[in-house]
Amino acid sequence: MQVPASFEYRRAQSVPDALALLERFGEDARVIAGGHSLLPMMKLRLARPEFLVDINDLHELDYLRQEGAELCIGALTRHRGLLESELVGRLFPIFHDAERVIADPPVRNRGTIGGSLCQADPAEDLSAVCTAVRAVAVVLGAGGRRSVPMADFYRGPYETDVGAGEMLGEIRVPILPDSGSAYQKVERKTGDWAIAACGAALSLADGRIASAGIGLAAVGVSAAGYRRAEQALVGREPSEEVFAEAGRLAAEDCEPVTDTRGTAAYKRHLAGELTERALRLAVERALRPAAAA
Amino acid sequence: MTAVEEPVVEERPIGYGRLKRKEDPRFVRGKGHYVDDVQLPGMLHGAVLRSPLAHARIVSIDTSAAEAHPKVRAVITGEALAGLGLAWMPTLSMDTQAVLATDKVRFQGQEVAFVVADDHYAARDAIELIDVEYEPLPPVINARHALDADAPVIRDDQEGRTDNHVFDWEAGDKASTDAVFADADVVVAQDMLYPRVHPAPLETCGCVADMDPVDGKLTLWATTQAPHAHRTLYAMVAGLPEHKIRVISPDIGGGFGNKVGIYPGYVCAIVGSILTHKPVKWVEDRSENLMSTSFARDYHMHGEIAATREGRIRAVRVKVLADHGAFNATAQPTKYPAGFFHVFTGSYDIEAAHCAVTGVYTNKAPGGVAYACSFRVTEAVYLIERLVDCLADELHTDPAELRMKNLLRPEQFPYPSKTGWEYDSGDYPATLRKTLELAGYDALRREQAERRARGELMGIGLSFFTETVGAGPRKDMDILGLGMADGCELRVHPTGKAVVRLSVQTQGQGHETTFAQIVAEELGIPPEDIDVVHGDTDQTPFGLGTYGSRSTPVSGAAAAMVARKVRDKARIIAGAMLEVSTEDLEWEKGRWFVKGDPTASRTIQEIALAAHGSLELPDGVEGHLEATTVYNPPNLTFPYGAYLCVVDVDPGTGAVTVRRFVAVDDCGTRINPMIIEGQVHGGLADGVGMALTEIISFDEDGNCLSGSFMDYLVPTALEVPAWELDHTVTPSPHHPIGAKGVGESATVGSPPAIVNAVLDAIGVRHADMPLTPGRVWLAMHGGVEAPQ
Ligand SMILES: Cc1cc2nc3c(=O)[nH]c(=O)nc-3n(C[C@H](O)[C@H](O)[C@H](O)COP(=O)(O)OP(=O)(O)OC[C@H]3O[C@@H](n4cnc5c(N)ncnc54)[C@H](O)[C@@H]3O)c2cc1C
Repeated sequence: MQVPASFEYRRAQSVPDALALLERFGEDARVIAGGHSLLPMMKLRLARPEFLVDINDLHELDYLRQEGAELCIGALTRHRGLLESELVGRLFPIFHDAERVIADPPVRNRGTIGGSLCQADPAEDLSAVCTAVRAVAVVLGAGGRRSVPMADFYRGPYETDVGAGEMLGEIRVPILPDSGSAYQKVERKTGDWAIAACGAALSLADGRIASAGIGLAAVGVSAAGYRRAEQALVGREPSEEVFAEAGRLAAEDCEPVTDTRGTAAYKRHLAGELTERALRLAVERALRPAAAA
Repeated sequence: MTAVEEPVVEERPIGYGRLKRKEDPRFVRGKGHYVDDVQLPGMLHGAVLRSPLAHARIVSIDTSAAEAHPKVRAVITGEALAGLGLAWMPTLSMDTQAVLATDKVRFQGQEVAFVVADDHYAARDAIELIDVEYEPLPPVINARHALDADAPVIRDDQEGRTDNHVFDWEAGDKASTDAVFADADVVVAQDMLYPRVHPAPLETCGCVADMDPVDGKLTLWATTQAPHAHRTLYAMVAGLPEHKIRVISPDIGGGFGNKVGIYPGYVCAIVGSILTHKPVKWVEDRSENLMSTSFARDYHMHGEIAATREGRIRAVRVKVLADHGAFNATAQPTKYPAGFFHVFTGSYDIEAAHCAVTGVYTNKAPGGVAYACSFRVTEAVYLIERLVDCLADELHTDPAELRMKNLLRPEQFPYPSKTGWEYDSGDYPATLRKTLELAGYDALRREQAERRARGELMGIGLSFFTETVGAGPRKDMDILGLGMADGCELRVHPTGKAVVRLSVQTQGQGHETTFAQIVAEELGIPPEDIDVVHGDTDQTPFGLGTYGSRSTPVSGAAAAMVARKVRDKARIIAGAMLEVSTEDLEWEKGRWFVKGDPTASRTIQEIALAAHGSLELPDGVEGHLEATTVYNPPNLTFPYGAYLCVVDVDPGTGAVTVRRFVAVDDCGTRINPMIIEGQVHGGLADGVGMALTEIISFDEDGNCLSGSFMDYLVPTALEVPAWELDHTVTPSPHHPIGAKGVGESATVGSPPAIVNAVLDAIGVRHADMPLTPGRVWLAMHGGVEAPQ
């Protein structure tokens, strides 16, 4: 049995209580949500927080609701909650695509969207999803709340914009008319992290692509994101050529490395292939009448 | 011998048949009792400090901070063990292995120090307080460079050693083989690697050592597949008197060969208990298990097959470079350093064969024979079944047709193979035909052609394997001088219930059920009335344990023979009861009756009571109803099977889906078909893992990259199809009940079928396992290298 080094533990009673504890213990404190990323690292003694602030009782952070033209997701929403939500599936099928291939049911029962985004694992799926759908993270702190677009939230592997004394409270996703989204992932076996994955979200107007978002996982942080691929889509009529062009640009712009999951060349190929596939499916969904509801 | 039909099975058979496993009620209720469930008063906990480096000289070890930890009771180093003569221990292959490193560390994860503390947390904390200074040395990671002139010498502990060579071994006839190759129409050669994989039992290895300081008796609860062999080795190595050692192997959560050897942790726990006068528990964690305990395979093979243009296979020759890691700790019959690899001629009738195996040391974990491999039959079957497909590719022939043309024919049995085996029985063509029919082979080939025309990649792969199990005849096979025979004791109580005591140890194979059924079949006592006792050296007769699918072939034979002894004695007692001569009695399952008068009979239960009662017995006949035996197998048994796999490959990503798997097995007499099917299911899943995802890999510094289940990918129910099983039955002629063993058949036979299917789908002659999406994609686009 792998066991962590010793640590202090508090179970927060409310969001202000959690923030106060985080403020008090500063850099030495870590939030624990589902624990499916943090506990394995603690057991391997790769992470040694001195102080854990458990937020699992903060049910006020576990919700999914539509507010005007936004989908609001509480940071403590479990993977399972996202997967089972009819609202999420109707508005953003990309979340369901991704959740079906994230880990396994025991992990999905506990793991949270907040934990996933804050862990910022380079192969993490929901970050790519949130990037594609242009989500905004709401960060809570002693000074109140601030909104951070995904592009600024993710600072690099295992690094986010959430500072000491702060926590992630909510994710807000803009709902666009005539939109569709999809997620494509290749893994070595069920429950494995992605070899590469791509999320795509777009909206249509007058038969043309009005807006497009692309997020990739496990192929390195592209400094500029996938702007070139996105720009190649906007204003164009969806077609195989357009998807292929976007795929080619995404493959060019990603920065994969060779590891036990595959060579850099293979991952680059996947980035293109999966971008094409995700775009094809996203458009198909955007054109389906129910998808835009 | 030809196939016979299996008798109709009953719901609750008294003997062979589909009987629910007797052990399962406790397992499904969570009431199994494993080593880690053992709790003793005052028990302390051990933890191992392991080397972070693959190869380094130890400059110094400072344990003072760990010793100062308030919960620490003992800190043991190699130096301390050296004082007791225990710093090194012999391996099962006549090499030595460091218990705790003294001079150098030779693989990442090697044992360096052992801490005994009040609880597991403190033990883990304390190992971090030990300060080891290492002087890094260049490691040997790629076996292909182990024999280079400038390769660093790993085993400089061995006097005079100047290289990393372990052994050379040959089988078959080189001259006649070369002669056939010289005039063959067609020769196909192929390099292939059977990568290093790991048995990865869900229960990791561990023990609880309890040395009683007063009577000097050591009780060791340990995760061992061979409790008796372990006891004898502890006696021989540690100098403990054998009658003062009791090894108990309680419920074992999977073994697959991983729990055959003796690990340093066991020895450290014993020393810890001796030093502290307390019981010491040591259970390794997942990473320790994957990184330091017995791996499997790691065979770099160069195979060649010679044939006529018409597709008649004439000869096979093989060169193998075997990576044995830092210590040669392979567990196998001592006279066979490459195990039974020389069964590589497979199921085919050929003129000549030869293999040469060279073993080398590398800076990797020791081990070598594990993971349900039947002593390297896995590598042998993979080699020949891949070569046959390469030949089919070369000749543009259908691989099923090529196999059918070359299979041994029923009338050739018993068949003396070109490398020295005598295959006991088989009707190979019948089994292959059954597989092809079940799968609908011709329809599959048509579907494949249609899909190809649409740009879809579908593959069909075959393998035909001959297993080699039941080690083994004493004259040929021993482990460190211990003959591979197995004892068995059977006692029928006065009321007709019985207890049978075995020397083998189940790790999930269902011995409590199967062995009760064997005795039931012979005596007619219902299986639920027979208690199977195993896994405790104080309670059971000597024998070498369970691995290499040997339980049924060896111990199962012993159980049948001991039951027959009891039946013979029951006959004498029945004669006395019925006042007739024993010659006038005839046996029917469960009773002796008078020939010609079936109503005059005594049941085995009545006889048992009489045997313990006041009945006057014939002169020289003792009371009670019991017997003991030792079974020395006259030959190995040769189960076999024909497997077919259908896969789909995503052309854009290289991802493989195993769509169908048809397995027809022949393991001779089938004792409990349900248990056989379970064994086959497990082995097929193993095969999917090895073919597609599993590998213990290393970076160039020797860091193990597969130390967790996120990196070492064992398949789940989602990676495997619904298995389609069937069987033929060709009993072993030399085995008392005709049974051949089946524990490893599917692990041995399935990987080549899956690999053959993937390569058939992508139209590539060869690519090494594991066929992960990335490796398949590279193979489709110009080639993929052997994994490291
Ligand atoms: C076997 C397994 C397989 C997996 N496979 C995948 C996969 O395929 N794809 C994938 O994307 N993920 C995968 N994961 C990761 C899993 O999805 C994440 O572990 C999980 O969702 C993280 O959420 P958590 O609530 O468990 O986070 P925790 O482990 O509790 O926390 C993770 C990190 O986030 C911080 N944190 C958590 N909540 C907040 C908050 N509200 N504000 C600020 N910081 C916070 C913690 O301090 C910690 O640093 C896998 C995990 C396992 C164990």
